Amino acid sequence: MSAETTTPATETVSLYDVDNPAPVIAPPRARTKKTPKSTRTNFELYGWLFMRLSGVVLVVLVLGHLLIQLVLDGGVSKIGFAFVAGRWASPFWQAWDLVMLWLAMLHGANGLRTVINDYAERPKTRFWLKNLLYAATVFTVLLGTLVIFTFDPNIR
Amino acid sequence: MSTPTLEKSAASAESEAPAHLITVTFRVRRFNPEISDQATWQDFQLEIDPKERVLDGLHKIKWDHDGTLTFRRSCAHGICGSDAMRINGKNRLACKTLIKDINPSKPITVEPIKGLTVLKDLVVDMEPFFQAYRDVMPFLITKGNEPTRERLQSAEDRERFDDTTKCILCAACTSSCPVFWNDGQYFGPAAIVNAHRFIFDSRDEAGEQRLEILNDKDGVWRCRTTFNCTDACPRGIEVTKAIQEVKRALITRRF
Ligand code: SF4
Ligand code: FES
Repeated sequence: MSAETTTPATETVSLYDVDNPAPVIAPPRARTKKTPKSTRTNFELYGWLFMRLSGVVLVVLVLGHLLIQLVLDGGVSKIGFAFVAGRWASPFWQAWDLVMLWLAMLHGANGLRTVINDYAERPKTRFWLKNLLYAATVFTVLLGTLVIFTFDPNIR
Repeated sequence: MSTPTLEKSAASAESEAPAHLITVTFRVRRFNPEISDQATWQDFQLEIDPKERVLDGLHKIKWDHDGTLTFRRSCAHGICGSDAMRINGKNRLACKTLIKDINPSKPITVEPIKGLTVLKDLVVDMEPFFQAYRDVMPFLITKGNEPTRERLQSAEDRERFDDTTKCILCAACTSSCPVFWNDGQYFGPAAIVNAHRFIFDSRDEAGEQRLEILNDKDGVWRCRTTFNCTDACPRGIEVTKAIQEVKRALITRRF
């Protein structure tokens, strides 16, 4: 009886004791004997290489693009429907914009994929963020490609 | 808790303190799951020679002030790699960090290394770290019969991987890596360093296998060249460079 009355008193001092320790704070996604599973593909290698190579090409494409659009020939005020129509009359600028669209979108999407992999802790968050990213990328790339190929200067 | 005794010992020490001693505040991150689920900071005032090391300060605390302070150390001379901790926000070995080198006029913060489960005070669960180490097969693998004498190697061949032989597996690099903090599945710099040590060893014959392991999605391609690992390594290993050399080997193997 006396033993029973003393136990609640000690329990109010602390929630945890030797036999009932607090949960330790585990880091996110710790490695175990079974994880990570090997995928045996070169996807990450090609992804890494793609980032380097597309980055170099994009420096030329994007800086050229910005120079033409914003600096030369009266700068940004000249841009209008007529200006775009005039440029896309030439296959060279069509190709330039197409390559820039694809490289920039894939480069950016892969970069964001890396960021999500690095910073989204929970598998579900990762999954949905990446799906959202892929959907947005595919949509933008397809829409842009469609516009470049089917652009009609005599619209309306 | 131990503050009254602390103040008394500090006051009595001050009156008779030899001139070379200075007063340093050690701000230690304490965690004891048997008492609370929260980690807290606790300050200790020490009279200590600035030419002593942080480890000596921790010893002083454990031996003279608060015996419950828990940390790992074995050799106390930078060889065993058991006392890596976050000192003033940087991963270092407590036994290789002199107090005078880390601005003792401000409180010296001592925390467990990040990215691993804290078990108590400064002790972390190293198992995921060693699992990654084991996963790169850090041992000599050869085919054919055992030679009757030692496996010879030219001085140049030895030089190729000399830097990465110096690793003491302290985990300072891996637990300084932001990719590892957020995703413990990443092999981490230490595992790659130890794979590098065998991949570039002319006597070893399983370099291909190790490269294949590190080629996977949680291997070297997750490295963001942050250079935290190179900064953290107490042995001065150029960790990031080693990781890049593995990347280059993977690319030149493919193309
Ligand atoms: S590479 Fe350096 S920091 Fe990393 S575990 Fe080895 S000795 Fe420690
Ligand atoms: S105690 Fe062995 S390395 Fe510091």
